Amino acid sequence: MAKQHISFSLNGQQVDALVEPRELLVHTIRETLSLTGTHIGCETSHCGVCTVDLDGVSVKACTVLAMQANGSEVMTVEGLADADGLHAVQQAFIEEHGLQCGFCTPGMLVRAYRFLRDNPNPTDEEIRWGMSGNLCRCTGYQNIIKAVHSAAQKLQQA
Amino acid sequence: MAARAEDINREDALQGIGCSRKRKEDPRFVQGKGNYVDDIKLPGMLFADLVRSPYPHARVKSINKEKALALPGVHAVLTAEDLKPLNLHWMPTLAGDVQAVLADEKVHMQYQEVAVVIADDRYIAADAVDLVEVEYEPLPVLVDAHKALDPDAPILREDLQDKDNVGQGPRRHPNHIFTWEVGDKEATTRAFDTAEVTVKEEMYYPRVHPSPLETCGCVASFDKVNEHLTVYITSQAPHVVRTVVTLISGIPESKVRIVSPDIGGGFGNKVGVYPGYVTAIVASIVLGRPVKWVEDRMEHLSTTAWARDYWMTGELAADKDGRVKGLRVNVLADHGAFNSHAQPTKWPAGFFSIVTSSYDIPAAQVKVDGVYTNKSPGGVAYRCSFRVTEAIYLIERMMDVLAQKLGIDKAEIRRRNFVKPEQFPYKTALDWELDSGDYHTALDKVLAAVDYQGLRKEQEEKRAKGELMGIGLVTFTEIVGAGPSKSCDILGVGMFDSAEIRVHPTGSVMARMGTITQGQGHQTTYAQIIASELGLSSDQIQIEEGDTDTAPYGLGTYGSRSTPVGGAATAVAARKIRAKAQKIAAHLLEVDENDVEWDIDRFKVKGVPGQEKTMKEIAWAAYNNVPEGMEMGLEAVDYYDPPNFTYPFGTYLCVVDIDKYTGQTHVRRFYALDDCGTRINPMIIDGQIHGGLNEGFAVAMGQELPYDAEGNLLGNTFMDYFIPTFVETPHWETDYTVTPSPHHPLGAKGVAESPHVGSIPCFTAAIVDAFAHLGVTHMDMPHSAYRVWQKLHELGLDKHS
Repeated sequence: MAKQHISFSLNGQQVDALVEPRELLVHTIRETLSLTGTHIGCETSHCGVCTVDLDGVSVKACTVLAMQANGSEVMTVEGLADADGLHAVQQAFIEEHGLQCGFCTPGMLVRAYRFLRDNPNPTDEEIRWGMSGNLCRCTGYQNIIKAVHSAAQKLQQA
Repeated sequence: MAARAEDINREDALQGIGCSRKRKEDPRFVQGKGNYVDDIKLPGMLFADLVRSPYPHARVKSINKEKALALPGVHAVLTAEDLKPLNLHWMPTLAGDVQAVLADEKVHMQYQEVAVVIADDRYIAADAVDLVEVEYEPLPVLVDAHKALDPDAPILREDLQDKDNVGQGPRRHPNHIFTWEVGDKEATTRAFDTAEVTVKEEMYYPRVHPSPLETCGCVASFDKVNEHLTVYITSQAPHVVRTVVTLISGIPESKVRIVSPDIGGGFGNKVGVYPGYVTAIVASIVLGRPVKWVEDRMEHLSTTAWARDYWMTGELAADKDGRVKGLRVNVLADHGAFNSHAQPTKWPAGFFSIVTSSYDIPAAQVKVDGVYTNKSPGGVAYRCSFRVTEAIYLIERMMDVLAQKLGIDKAEIRRRNFVKPEQFPYKTALDWELDSGDYHTALDKVLAAVDYQGLRKEQEEKRAKGELMGIGLVTFTEIVGAGPSKSCDILGVGMFDSAEIRVHPTGSVMARMGTITQGQGHQTTYAQIIASELGLSSDQIQIEEGDTDTAPYGLGTYGSRSTPVGGAATAVAARKIRAKAQKIAAHLLEVDENDVEWDIDRFKVKGVPGQEKTMKEIAWAAYNNVPEGMEMGLEAVDYYDPPNFTYPFGTYLCVVDIDKYTGQTHVRRFYALDDCGTRINPMIIDGQIHGGLNEGFAVAMGQELPYDAEGNLLGNTFMDYFIPTFVETPHWETDYTVTPSPHHPLGAKGVAESPHVGSIPCFTAAIVDAFAHLGVTHMDMPHSAYRVWQKLHELGLDKHS
């Protein structure tokens, strides 16, 4: 299959890649562009460990074609921290013990980042619904909810 | 008081045992810098993908590789015929059986591995899988375990037909694996013959899958020049894998390096060795290039280790006051096509005989029959220590059944049967020695915390109005920390575990263990143990696990054995170092060894203030100024063979409200009190409990891997297989008591599995309790809305009156 040229912004940097039309965005990010923070868990969009931010919307990169990202802005977990250090959601997950094996964590964080942009002051119930596209087997979710709350407060103060 | 405050500061600075230290693992995980198997990319790496059988039982008539090999980018297609000359077409299981690596003339289950394709990338490999042409001749299928031993049942394992023993005792039918019997049959029969009351209940514990979010996979890399094999693998037991690889390949263990990097959850699923691993290893040896194999979710749910699938019959004999006199249990265990359940080798039903749990039951008898069926192989310890989940489910259900029959309150009947604090150490009727416990205190604390009497009153009022509210109560005792080598081994290797600690001249520490973390936070908690034992700050202590080239041999992490065994090894190794440090301190202070005493982070001369040497000073001296005749350096190794298991326990209470028109269950409250002995990191303990409760919730409320009559697996995607999301998951309340283990160096017992073991029967108990006033004594899992509605419908409760 002839490869196609695509170009998009990944964590603020313009990147180029040659991809087969059938190639999934998650594989391009992980294997061609070597950012392995975005994981693969189910390949059917259920688990959310591959969640990335695509033009301001959370998407599951295991069911997005790389070509669909052409010309767009993509952010992965590697793009959360900046020169000032960890993003508030990253810090809150550490403080509130919101992770264990760490496999769902990148997707959780990228989703929490977008969720808090859309809803800066959520209730418990809103967090549960807003994050429900991301599965976790280790934490029982409770400390993730605490972490999202705590990050919301920090971001509000900032 | 100033001195005291200073002591407290010194102690706090160590961040040792008992503090909720933030995890050392987290900074890399939150930045996407974890290193999981699928993240590993080696130069020249190829991808493996497996051709799997659509049939659950069939002869493989022919395999045509031509079209697949003709596809550009395909390097090889291997079948059992190709593995035969290497004697790698079958592999040993951890349970004494063998399992086909690639189907040898016959398939025994749907999705069984038939051929492996090696290609440049995963897309080409997947294309090539579809091009491999396999001709099958379907055979009659055996799905129902109850029919496995019928005289006319289809014979599954023709390879074993002449064997009257497949590693776990005599067998009486070609589909029979073992019969395991324990207990005093005579005494139990007597108890039943003379009982004032007996109860009996049949229950099925469905087949469920641990399903960590990372599937299984490996990267195998064989260096042809040095004949050295490296395998990065999703394994909870890398050292055992190394031994297995040597046993099947003949490559010396010294030339095999197994690395478990970061692991995305295990829960018992990643203990065994799977055909995919072996095919990647063989392919790397054959092609001389690194080969990656990572399964997808459907392959994971369809072929890797599941748990349970126990058909259980429980019977209790008791007096009219509810005091249990005898327990009898019969189990039919469906092990699937190969006996590859990962239990200690001599324990075909794991530690199922912990079934007497927290109760003083004078006579008990257990019989378990294991059989083959045309289903995927398994029966592993899913977040439990070897069939403990099944055992606790059975006894907790039976205590409720007895309570209902006698009209005794469910808390009261437990109180009457508890082993009393003064009875410890307590020898159970099935020969376990419970190390310590205080069950009454735990129960009372929970009942008070939730206002149990108030809940019962509310339930009564609701029942009067026709509403369904249930209260589930479970008081369990686990058995973890496998285990004493006199009773436990895997493939002949005793189930000890190990720690190797080195103190560097400047007082920082490198420590390596034979266990491997999969989210439990070992890099955090082992450092806390060493910090408290050696008086060096945990921030200066580096923990490494999972690389067999550097870590000491250990049996790995499952069955809640890391703290009971690995944690004990860590404490003992640290104490060896402290004993040496004491001699060095005495030498530096020019006093007798017995004249110095330990104080948080230093040795002091007894009764002489100011005369002291900190551990940091001692570490420096260990490399330049040691007593005459002492060797330099400050390090120690310990291989800890535990004298006994540890027995954590807990009391769980669950309150549910059931919608009688839809069968929807709302978990209003879940209160979990755990006693895991000494608590090393309370934050991590709470996290482990939340996770275990959630996995228990999943099992009780929705998980199962059902097969249709033709042996097709129904429900092997996340669309069908229930993983609770944020929305369904209840809120968890946790509590604790502390009853240290008398034989563990730190008094710690292990915790991560208790919430799974204890919560599952608690959910069932709550749901059944909602129907108890209508004469319902048991309902099988999963308690999905549909299944609960079926009961409502059967009882006519779903009609508007």
